[in-house]
Amino acid sequence: MGELRLMKGNEAIAESVIRAGCDGYFGYPITPQSEIMEYLMAEKPFERTGMVVLQAESETASINMIYGAAGTGKMVVTSSSSPGISLMQEGISYLAGAELPALIVNAVRGGPGLGTIQPSQADYFQACKGGGHGDYHMIVMAPASVQEMADLVKVCFDLAFKYRTPVMMLSDGAIGQMMEKVVLPDPIPRRTDEELIRQCPWAATGKQKDRDHIIITSLDLDPAGQEKVNLKLQEKYRQIEENEVRCESIMTDDADYHFVAFGLSARICQKSVDLARAKGIKVGLFRPISLFPFPKKEMNEIGKKSKGILVVEMNAGQMIEDVRLSIDSHVKIEHYGRFGGIIPSPDEVVRALEQKVIGG
Amino acid sequence: MEQNYNHPEWHKPENLVYKRTDLLVDRPLSYCPGCGHGTVHRMLMEVIDELGAQDKTIGVSPVGCSVLAYDFMNIDMLGAAHGRAPALATAIKRLWPERFVFTYQGDGDLAAIGTAETIHACNRGENITIIFINNGIYGMTGGQMAPTTLEGMKTATCPYGRDVATMGYPLRITDLIVHLPGVNYVTRQSVHTPVNARRTKKAIRHAFDIQSQKKGLSFIEVVSNCNSGWKMSAVQANKWMEENMFPYYPLGDMKVDGVIVEPKSGTVKE
Repeated sequence: MGELRLMKGNEAIAESVIRAGCDGYFGYPITPQSEIMEYLMAEKPFERTGMVVLQAESETASINMIYGAAGTGKMVVTSSSSPGISLMQEGISYLAGAELPALIVNAVRGGPGLGTIQPSQADYFQACKGGGHGDYHMIVMAPASVQEMADLVKVCFDLAFKYRTPVMMLSDGAIGQMMEKVVLPDPIPRRTDEELIRQCPWAATGKQKDRDHIIITSLDLDPAGQEKVNLKLQEKYRQIEENEVRCESIMTDDADYHFVAFGLSARICQKSVDLARAKGIKVGLFRPISLFPFPKKEMNEIGKKSKGILVVEMNAGQMIEDVRLSIDSHVKIEHYGRFGGIIPSPDEVVRALEQKVIGG
Repeated sequence: MEQNYNHPEWHKPENLVYKRTDLLVDRPLSYCPGCGHGTVHRMLMEVIDELGAQDKTIGVSPVGCSVLAYDFMNIDMLGAAHGRAPALATAIKRLWPERFVFTYQGDGDLAAIGTAETIHACNRGENITIIFINNGIYGMTGGQMAPTTLEGMKTATCPYGRDVATMGYPLRITDLIVHLPGVNYVTRQSVHTPVNARRTKKAIRHAFDIQSQKKGLSFIEVVSNCNSGWKMSAVQANKWMEENMFPYYPLGDMKVDGVIVEPKSGTVKE
């Protein structure tokens, strides 16, 4: 049994990163996630585990520090918020192209542009559909509580190394800032360099006599070679879609209607389910935890038995596209969204269900 | 007299005057004939070979003519995004402090798009070596204006010559880096004659020694030619470089053991 603490979501991520045996954090301050680096600097993991923590000169630099470290097989993480993540897109594309493992935490805030520092879910498309240039995906995990943030850190690192791919934890300002009790994972020691060299034979760690020199790159000037790279990536994404789906169904068994929501919106919809049921409306909540891979089969099953679905997001309608692509029945699917840092109340979500789905 | 290159006498160890280091991969270079890159590659790989550090070195290549440097250097390497090599090297060295870590970058990569990464890696005093090839032009993309292109010099994007009033002045970024306290060693060299190539090799060796001693960042600018981009023969390009590049980018040590020194050769044209 792990250690019980009262923590902010951002702090829980930082502590879990140290406990996962992470080798390095590289980041740049931006609201609403600066507590991650602040916690790490104060906690001095370089004394606890030898983990390196470095404040970079920009998000561009921090994602490329991640690229460099990941290319040598080290377990590394960066964190930022929407505008900073936009700056990182080139580096994330390089990570995907060179097949390097990394964890990127995005505490999404309202946009576009400098937008606001308040929570939002407007970066679903950017996170799930590539974001940077070229045909690639990240694995994207969306926590809905401080506990889930802590738990997903290790999951994300494991997936990053299993598939050699960048993984994003898509959180937002609210979950990152809210304080909840959290059971922290037990610490895992960092890998020694010898263990790393054994476990990551693909990594550039210094040329050994018994192998060729290793080149970490996303460049292949030969179109036939580059197509092979792409086919390999697509096969990897197919395997991820086959094996790594995570989702949660809350009171969906007897439900007539369904909310579909991720992250903070799902947290709100949980309350909306209670409010609606108190009014006699049988509603359930379907919550994708992995946004890529999207839980297509599970979503389709919900669609088959549902009388109507309300997709609730803090954006203009992004995940709803994946919901619609997943469902092959003719169930009514509507969207309710708030933008710019406005968090919907559980009441207004129930009203939206009544007006748009049940009454509409 | 007809020479028999297969004569057994020629292959006796005592008659060996030059051998390609095994740290250079035996394949044709992608550089234009007359270009300085191949010579710098060789100097760098000879130093690593002499240090016995093939298994202890991690290199970072840039975007530019030397994007494929990793194909020629028989060591573990990473190809960086354009301008970001010092960021990669920073993280690699922090996580592998006992490895030699270097970046190999051109002027567009280091002094234009990667200025921030260059300045900040230097300012943090990262214990890495930066090798900076300055030929005053973007070679790979077809000869466009670089931050280091001289005033009046013609390129594909300044076909009437660099007009400093609208295009800015050629950037002596090495002169800026000299003043950063985290930087231990700064030198400006060339490889256009055997004696200059030997000086460059000596500089690289010194830079790697500084890494061993964990004294801070070492920065080596190599002023080089781009005969293709400059649209000259290799011989003409080297002469033009001596007459035009060296006065603006004078050769010599600029900072040794943390102390700024005046370059000995050439004068700065104001």
